[in-house]
Amino acid sequence: MTLDSALLMNSTRGPDRGTQGMAAAGTPKMRVSRLGFWYGSTLALENISIDIPVNRITALIGPSGCGKSTFLRVLNRMYETVRHTSVEGEALLDNESIFSMDVTTLRRRVGMVFQKSNPFPKSIFDNVAYGLRIAGGMDGLQLREAVESSLRRAALWDEVKDKLHEPAYALSGGQQQRLCIARALAVNPEVLLLDEPSSALDPIATAKIEDLLFTLKQSCTVVLVTHNMQQAARVGDFTGFFLLGKLIEFDRTDIIFKRPAKRETEDYITGRFG
Amino acid sequence: MRYFREELDELQSRLLEMGGLVENAIHRSIATLVDRDEEQAQEVFRNEARINQMEIDIDDLAVRLIARHQPMAGDLRFLTAIIKINNDLERMGDLAINIVERAIVSMQQPSVKPLVDIPPMARMVESMVRRSLDAFVKRDAEVARSILLSDDAVDELRDNVIEELIGIMEQDPTTVRRALSLILITRSLERLADHATNIAEDVIFLVQGVDVRHHAEETS
Repeated sequence: MTLDSALLMNSTRGPDRGTQGMAAAGTPKMRVSRLGFWYGSTLALENISIDIPVNRITALIGPSGCGKSTFLRVLNRMYETVRHTSVEGEALLDNESIFSMDVTTLRRRVGMVFQKSNPFPKSIFDNVAYGLRIAGGMDGLQLREAVESSLRRAALWDEVKDKLHEPAYALSGGQQQRLCIARALAVNPEVLLLDEPSSALDPIATAKIEDLLFTLKQSCTVVLVTHNMQQAARVGDFTGFFLLGKLIEFDRTDIIFKRPAKRETEDYITGRFG
Repeated sequence: MRYFREELDELQSRLLEMGGLVENAIHRSIATLVDRDEEQAQEVFRNEARINQMEIDIDDLAVRLIARHQPMAGDLRFLTAIIKINNDLERMGDLAINIVERAIVSMQQPSVKPLVDIPPMARMVESMVRRSLDAFVKRDAEVARSILLSDDAVDELRDNVIEELIGIMEQDPTTVRRALSLILITRSLERLADHATNIAEDVIFLVQGVDVRHHAEETS
């Protein structure tokens, strides 16, 4: 089945449309089934099933504490940095379980950008080159070309090309966040996870990040956690709504924001929640 | 969000007030024709400016709410419906004026024929307008769907009236001017039914999120 035909099929709403994200859209890059997650004895995610479509932006929305960021951290096993956590269910990356995969390989293939930009206390160049140097196998010219390519993909090259060896901290907040995206892109991830990447940025810097996401999805599958529903509506091809650790609804973004199937989704996005 | 809800309620109240004025204008325009009562016509003329001003005010408030609150889902469908119904109601007000103007011309001359089909057609149209606004208030998609069926019946009555008037004109060409007024009135009534149908379609979209215009539902 081609992606287009799958998307077309998805446009016909069936009786159980939208409850979970199974078979929501075309070829899945990642496929999560019956996922459960605990912090100690606290259940944080319950029975989550969702297909993350390839080369699309999947936006995840929901109130604070609903589990959307936890879910994002499961997708590249970032949760393993927190003690006393446990997970059940299945999560596949190109049909291979992420739980049996070498974690370094997983995190190279599934990159992550956080809410607060976190450049290393190094130069702009060294920030982007960091992962490439660890991976090794590049001479100086190849490294410079890869850094330039990543900065271009992150729409930052023109702004920093004349000060590559200045400290990353000298950049503005929006530039630092794009630097972090460039750093994540340097190792050519297949999936990019973004956890509220523009929540601390002004509208201009936010617009640059959003434009960047549109470009990135041509080569990358993007999963975006955002508190900003307008942002989800603007950039998401698909949107999932989380509430109390459950994925309440997952569907095409236009459907979620025009005629959601679930009362809880409607209440949340129209501000009647709670 | 409480203020947003209050403003949405205010917007609905204004639209219903405008709907009441339009219903009144339609009723009086038909009374002008059937009862040959020019007093009724003057009331329609007096209300026209008020209806036009309400259209502007409602549009302005709806656009302001969209700009300030970026509504989603049900709220977005509600505001979209308000803007479209507002436009239909204003056009219906204009059609009531058209009917009144033609009725005044008619009442200055002897009747071309007894009004047989036009009064029931007018009652049907008035019912469609009333039910479309009721369906909006009650968010009742079933009532709205019943209006779509009524539109076909109005079209049939229009065809009957026009056919009969053409026959009269063919027999006696001196009736052309008077018959033409009735044809134009019939045409206006049929257009009123079309606008009521538009409102019903907007109500179905508002309630169910499906677009039934031009049988879109069957082809999607």
